Amino acid sequence: MSEVHVALRGVTRVFPATAAQREVRALGPIDLDLMRGEFFVVVGPSGCGKSTLLEIIAGLNRPTEGAVTLEGNPVAGEVPEGIGVVFQEDASFPWLTVTDNIAFGLRQTALDKAEIATRVDHALRLMGLTDFAAAYPVQLSGGMRQRVCLARTLVQRPRVILLDEPFGALDQQTRFLMGDELLRLWRDSGATVMLITHSLDEAGMLADRIGVMSARPGRMLEIIETRWGEERGSRVVATPRFGEITARLWQLLRDESQRAMAGA
Amino acid sequence: MRTLRAAILIACVLAAWQALFAFAGASALTSPRDTIAYAAELLSSPGFYPHLIETAQAFAVALAIAISCGILIGFTLGLYRFAADVGEPVLVALYSIPKITLYPIVLLAFGIGMPAKIAFGAIHGIMPIAIFALGAARNLNPVYLKAARVMRLPPSRIAARVLLPAAIPEIFTGIRIGFSLTLIGTLLGEMFASQRGIGHLLIQAIGLHNVRMIMALTLLLVVVAVTASALLLAVDRRLRRHMFGAP
Ligand SMILES: Nc1ncnc2c1ncn2[C@@H]1O[C@H](COP(=O)(O)OP(=O)(O)OP(=O)(O)O)[C@@H](O)[C@H]1O
Ligand SMILES: [Mg+2]
Repeated sequence: MSEVHVALRGVTRVFPATAAQREVRALGPIDLDLMRGEFFVVVGPSGCGKSTLLEIIAGLNRPTEGAVTLEGNPVAGEVPEGIGVVFQEDASFPWLTVTDNIAFGLRQTALDKAEIATRVDHALRLMGLTDFAAAYPVQLSGGMRQRVCLARTLVQRPRVILLDEPFGALDQQTRFLMGDELLRLWRDSGATVMLITHSLDEAGMLADRIGVMSARPGRMLEIIETRWGEERGSRVVATPRFGEITARLWQLLRDESQRAMAGA
Repeated sequence: MRTLRAAILIACVLAAWQALFAFAGASALTSPRDTIAYAAELLSSPGFYPHLIETAQAFAVALAIAISCGILIGFTLGLYRFAADVGEPVLVALYSIPKITLYPIVLLAFGIGMPAKIAFGAIHGIMPIAIFALGAARNLNPVYLKAARVMRLPPSRIAARVLLPAAIPEIFTGIRIGFSLTLIGTLLGEMFASQRGIGHLLIQAIGLHNVRMIMALTLLLVVVAVTASALLLAVDRRLRRHMFGAP
């Protein structure tokens, strides 16, 4: 677990001024290494550039300065193979059924039909969507749609999974359950995960490391090591260590959030 | 329920028509019954078919051109913000000028006959389809594009598998409007630049003051246009219900 999987060096992002808006310094500079197989969680005040950071890692957005590498190869202007993303907004395609949504990415590849069907079935079961296989996204709740997007990403077997508040629409209990689910997926897949969340509990119980971002332009204020082993998830919330971690997160974020609000 | 409403509507139209006939007399129009009878007679006379087929062919080709070019223009403009800002006012301006002013140019370019009719039909239909396609492309949820890029679709596939299906309901609305405009355009083309087709029969009948012929042809056209419009509307509703859960 000591091999660097994704590396960011001096990454910044400035959105140029438009007729409607002044220039926005959204991000950075950021130096960050994601280790192969780790579960990295990003927290930070609203608008600090978390989604921008994710898009830059995914190759959806170009950094203004600096560079990103995935497995040693530069990421620029194009999404590299091996990355999966679940977006903050609902990205399920309303014109496709749940099954077709999940199979969408696989059908663009040379994979044979039987293999696609197997993977989609598996993902449906995993996400508890089997009964809704033939439904359209309008017939689903927000949380279920996010599960469709998660399934659509997982069936592609990405080596790096980027999750932008995938459970934002869920209630606390369901979030905890989905957190445990996510841990299982992470263990089974061996993928490197970066999860953006607003929930400090979620950060504390899931992560190997938690990157706390400053108010805009977002930089890494501090990276907290949780030192969880196999034992983590909703089971650890009662431990003193969990309390220490969330208390530290609170402390860091309170000041930053105040600054973010003042600056907004 | 819907069929009942349609039946009531048709009955009202027929009643109004009958009343108008009683008021205006036989020199201005024919009664519903005579018109329907003559339309049926036309449909069963072999001399009528070449005209019908000619118009149907011209119309089908014109509509196909209007749909494909309309979508192409709309998507191209819609995907490039700058082009859309410049292009949309131009499209709307073109949409609102009477196409008849373009007629001399079309005649010069295509001469008299099939190509001119097709061109004239397509010119009428292309604008609404392009405008609706442009709107759909511009309003496309950006996260769909991002998701498609993450799944590593090349741009051509993104257009075919994401943009097109996402835009289908709006494009359909454009086609619904473009359909009748293309029909009008094709008929106009036939009226002035053809020796065959329904439009030609119509202008001939007008010249001869053949009221029966005018009325029967108009009836046939109305029936075709209304039926097509109802079908397109039904498909449109279905699509919207599927995609957006609209009632
Ligand atoms: N395409 C864009 N053009 C201009 N400014 C942008 C663009 N995308 C993001 N920004 C700006 O960059 C800043 C960071 O946005 P970003 O979405 O990355 O924040 P975030 O941390 O994900 O916020 P949240 O927690 O609310 O999701 C914001 O001020 C936003 O207005
Ligand atoms: Mg965000």
